[in-house]
Amino acid sequence: MWARIHTIWTVSILACLAPLALLVWDILADNLDGNTVQAFHIRSGDWTLRFLWLTLAITPLQTLTQWRGMAEYRQMLGLFALLYATLHLVGYLFFDHAGQWKTIVIDIAQSPYLWFGLLAYLIILLLGLTSPKSAKKKMGKSWKKLHRLIYLAAAMSMLHYFWQLKTNLAEPLFYLAIIIVLFAFRVVMWFRAQKASLNINTLQLKKQTSE
Amino acid sequence: MIIKIDKTIPSSEITDPELFRNRRALLKAGMVSALLSPTALLADTSTSPNSSDWSHLDVADNSLNRGNATPVQVVKNYTNYYEFAFDKQGATHAAQALNTDHWSVEIVGEVEKPCSITLEDLLAKQTLKDYVYRFRCVEAWSMVVPWVGFPMKALMDRVKPLSTARYVVFTSANQPEAMPNVRKNLMLAWPYTEGLRIDEAAHPLTLLAVGMYGEVLPKQNGAPLRLVVPWKYGFKSIKAIVKIEFARNAPLTTWSRFAPDEYGFYANVNPNVPHPRWSQYSERPLSGGFFSARRKTELFNGYADQVASLYDGMDLRRLF
Repeated sequence: MWARIHTIWTVSILACLAPLALLVWDILADNLDGNTVQAFHIRSGDWTLRFLWLTLAITPLQTLTQWRGMAEYRQMLGLFALLYATLHLVGYLFFDHAGQWKTIVIDIAQSPYLWFGLLAYLIILLLGLTSPKSAKKKMGKSWKKLHRLIYLAAAMSMLHYFWQLKTNLAEPLFYLAIIIVLFAFRVVMWFRAQKASLNINTLQLKKQTSE
Repeated sequence: MIIKIDKTIPSSEITDPELFRNRRALLKAGMVSALLSPTALLADTSTSPNSSDWSHLDVADNSLNRGNATPVQVVKNYTNYYEFAFDKQGATHAAQALNTDHWSVEIVGEVEKPCSITLEDLLAKQTLKDYVYRFRCVEAWSMVVPWVGFPMKALMDRVKPLSTARYVVFTSANQPEAMPNVRKNLMLAWPYTEGLRIDEAAHPLTLLAVGMYGEVLPKQNGAPLRLVVPWKYGFKSIKAIVKIEFARNAPLTTWSRFAPDEYGFYANVNPNVPHPRWSQYSERPLSGGFFSARRKTELFNGYADQVASLYDGMDLRRLF
């Protein structure tokens, strides 16, 4: 049993690293298009979104399948989202701008889509740093509150995507559709929980009055 | 009735015995010259747009050093052509469907000689040169392209705009059968339309280009005839021109119409006037390599010395 879980972990981690390996290969083999740095931005950005969406898909999956062993995979997927987001940011700062801070500051100041992206990154970074079990224990109830910020990060990354487009909304709309489903699932679950607790309350109330 | 056919061979077809005796030497000589210069076999290499060797043209005065040119494969594969596709690779592929046969350009409006000029006729009267220019896209990437063409002014001298002409309006080919996004009427108002003030059009930097890198323009890069205005964002440099109108009033150009707050009529390259959604302060020169960092964008794309006087007293922030 332990060996099987171990294998699943190894395979999962390798699968999550595969896009990075492919990206490095494409850089070395010069397979990216003429605007190579932008191609890097698009690739690392796409994989950040995909991992963020996968992270957000775990809870609905858990609810639907009743399988409780997925929280650790959620943490792993979230950390991979952070890894690809970090590559995205490093690519911007050091490949695109070669670390020229004056140009970077002006670029960010004049480009609203970068504000959204930066905010999304800061949130993901914060969530990544507080993701270890020890931090979770220490933070108690506030951990859950803090980690709800992932919804804000998802919204900001979506804005970051839409805000810089000249055309071709097909891909961002696809990501938007998925995140709407994932959010909607939570809203439905929340209403059900409210209703359920209301029912319990009324039941208890009825019990009390009948006694 | 029997028709008699004269079977005698006309004297013009009789080979000169001297030539006949030397035929082997002549054949050899012909083969050698064909090998040394394959273009010698092609007719009229200087003007025909379909069989052109423009690799040894004179370089125009305003040119950058040819050594600065962006690798040709990058230029051929990284270009916007929304009539065909919204992504650059798709556009390069789909643009091959453009029909460039029997091309002619209509010259209309406030002009002494309205006419329709075939491409051959147009080129027959022009001296083509190499113009190595910077090219800056509104998307904040840039290239250096060696265009083959002639100044727009030369065409104006030929067709003679009237004094009432204050703007020049260019229209792209409208081929719905070849252009998927025109056929589906997607996004922009087709056909693509661009315009210049007449003094901008007459500026010596403004070109009509028919080639690049010493060859005929690839279809995705604007074949067979495109505008090149190097101090303006690339979308001003309209491709596949079929109509040039000299107008009294400023036209509503395609991108201005689509998003007037984002794309102005002038569209002069200006690092101090950001696009509403992104900075224009710097640009990414496309070199074909991964490690090519951004550089600062120059006012009028580095052509300020030559064109700034066109805009004396104008508020470039308002008239962006």
